[in-house]
Amino acid sequence: MSKPTINAPARPSPGLWALAWRRLRSDRLAIAGLLIVACFLVTLLLSAAGLVARNWDAEVGVNYAPPTFVGAQSAEERGVEGMNAPEAAVPDNPRDPLAEVLRKLRAERGAGAAVAPPLDYYGIADPLAPEIAAIRAGEGKAAPAVALERRATLPFGADKWGHDIILKTIKGSETSILVGLTSALLATVLGTLFGAVAGYYGKWADDVFNWFYSVFTSVPYLLLILAVAAVLQQKGVLTIVLILGLTGWTGVFRLVRAEYMKHKAREYVQAADAIGASDLRKMFVHILPNISHIPFVQMSILTVGFIKSEVILSFLGFGVPVGVTSWGSMLNEAQNELILGKWWQLTAATTAMAVLVTSFSLFTDALRDALDPKLK
Amino acid sequence: MSAYILRRLWQMLPTLMGVVLLVFLLFNWVGGDPAYILAGKMSNPEQIANIRAQLGVDQPYWVQLWIFVKQIVTFDFGASWSTGEAVSHVLATRLGPSLTVLVPLTILETLIAIGLALGVAYVRGSLTDRMVMIACTVGMSVSILVYIIVFQYWLAYKLGLFPVQGWGDNFAENLFHYSALPILIGLVVSIAPDLRLFRTFFLDEINQDYVRTARAKGLSEPTILWVHVLRNAAIPVVTHVMSNLPALLIGAFLIERFFSIPGIGREIILAVERSDFPVIKAITVYVAAATMLFNLLTDLLYKAIDPRVQLE
Repeated sequence: MSKPTINAPARPSPGLWALAWRRLRSDRLAIAGLLIVACFLVTLLLSAAGLVARNWDAEVGVNYAPPTFVGAQSAEERGVEGMNAPEAAVPDNPRDPLAEVLRKLRAERGAGAAVAPPLDYYGIADPLAPEIAAIRAGEGKAAPAVALERRATLPFGADKWGHDIILKTIKGSETSILVGLTSALLATVLGTLFGAVAGYYGKWADDVFNWFYSVFTSVPYLLLILAVAAVLQQKGVLTIVLILGLTGWTGVFRLVRAEYMKHKAREYVQAADAIGASDLRKMFVHILPNISHIPFVQMSILTVGFIKSEVILSFLGFGVPVGVTSWGSMLNEAQNELILGKWWQLTAATTAMAVLVTSFSLFTDALRDALDPKLK
Repeated sequence: MSAYILRRLWQMLPTLMGVVLLVFLLFNWVGGDPAYILAGKMSNPEQIANIRAQLGVDQPYWVQLWIFVKQIVTFDFGASWSTGEAVSHVLATRLGPSLTVLVPLTILETLIAIGLALGVAYVRGSLTDRMVMIACTVGMSVSILVYIIVFQYWLAYKLGLFPVQGWGDNFAENLFHYSALPILIGLVVSIAPDLRLFRTFFLDEINQDYVRTARAKGLSEPTILWVHVLRNAAIPVVTHVMSNLPALLIGAFLIERFFSIPGIGREIILAVERSDFPVIKAITVYVAAATMLFNLLTDLLYKAIDPRVQLE
């Protein structure tokens, strides 16, 4: 028999996040979503660390190798006849600016002058091959031109060059998710900062940021993105993060500003004021933890939106540069492949994106309900 | 009423000036010297100087800004950098095809989404409701690109039910022949998010006392939903539809691009690909102005929908 003790130390009441986690845990769908998102993130970390899909651009299959369950197809069926055959004669490039220099170099070495440039593994004339081979031999490294055994089928098929689709999808996920997450983080930080200043100080600071807000929201979001993409000529992952982050802060700003206006008059802020806390301390040490769920939910909404935007931008060629693979660039290739009947790259990129975005959305919906039970 | 409209128009000025400043900074300062883009790779200093003088970019920044403001007010942005066509002519001729697709799309989308959302809200909490919501979430997570690629390949290329792409001179042919598949794809893509949103609007109303009263009076369920609930939930629905319109004009660019519809959206993509700054600048400024006017129109519509609304 246990007696209720009267003077038991009061258990600290659970905080906002603990309560939210308790509510979230009871939602099976949200937990399933969270687990799937976690799987994607683990894969992302592994691939970013180079443990998985490092050799995604190795040509392990034949061109357009079909998935295993479809079965191997002949070169004729794949429509790639003659794609790999080295061409007989490669004409001398008349504008090659290095031709003179190379000729001189070769003459100095006395090694096989006026020999036609050797063809490399891809059937492309490589005028530098003797030099590179000499350099490699000098360093004591074996020349890497070992012909790969190309497989007729791969578990998930291969693209035009014979890259394994599953590795390519993992690499593409890394780019797309990283761009989505970092640009959402940038937009959230900007929106929270602006919203805090505007809502806390009010008066002219509020007017200035509200003016910014109305300017940015009166240009449709996609138009703004395209205009910035037109101006920033150099492509890169950083550029697209900047474009999305600098144009996407408005939604966070509006919500955070409203919360700061509400909270700055509350007793706990007055108490902080009474003990002499500075403005910055009140804004970010006292108020921010109390409203932190709002930027958090907004960030996860933004991530989904930005992943979709990145796919569209990269598809159009305004996104990631050539040589970087993302779901958008995969869809771009897949568009032409589909007409040839090669549906596997389209399916892989679409499935990966749909699974991630669906689970992320389900998790976000549940997170919003868990953090703000008054909504529903 | 007219005093209200005048005041609202007056309040738009600072925002519009902000947009002009933003576009100006973006294209004249961040973008670097446009003469190098225009002259291309093969250029000599005289050519560059010549182009700079023509564009006015050798002038001080405030003079350039004044030129830009004059261009906006007079609707004269000069000629497109890549085709030489007058920018005002580009805008005027591209608007029609865009609207041919977008007006029927918006009307159908709104009506279908309202109908489905009322139905789903009526059976809220049931298995049907949950299945529809999950289907919407899954449908929304597939990129619009995939819908376009697959539908164009399957319905138009394989089955031949629609033309693969194209555009004619005849309005009826454009609307019923060439726009049919773009509109269908637009519906598939946009109904899911609308349905989810409208359902929450209707759920807010469907448990109100006036619904119970209407039921007690013996009104039929369709009358309650379509007359009473819809009227009360109309303000958020109208806000959503109206605020989507300018973005839709641009947002349909993928559809216009894939189906070769010579509309505003496709023009934007082409202009970005060709670094055709005058076209992008003109479209950005005018679409921003249109967005502000649409916001004003939305507020005026509130008054028409709900007489209790006071315009201040």
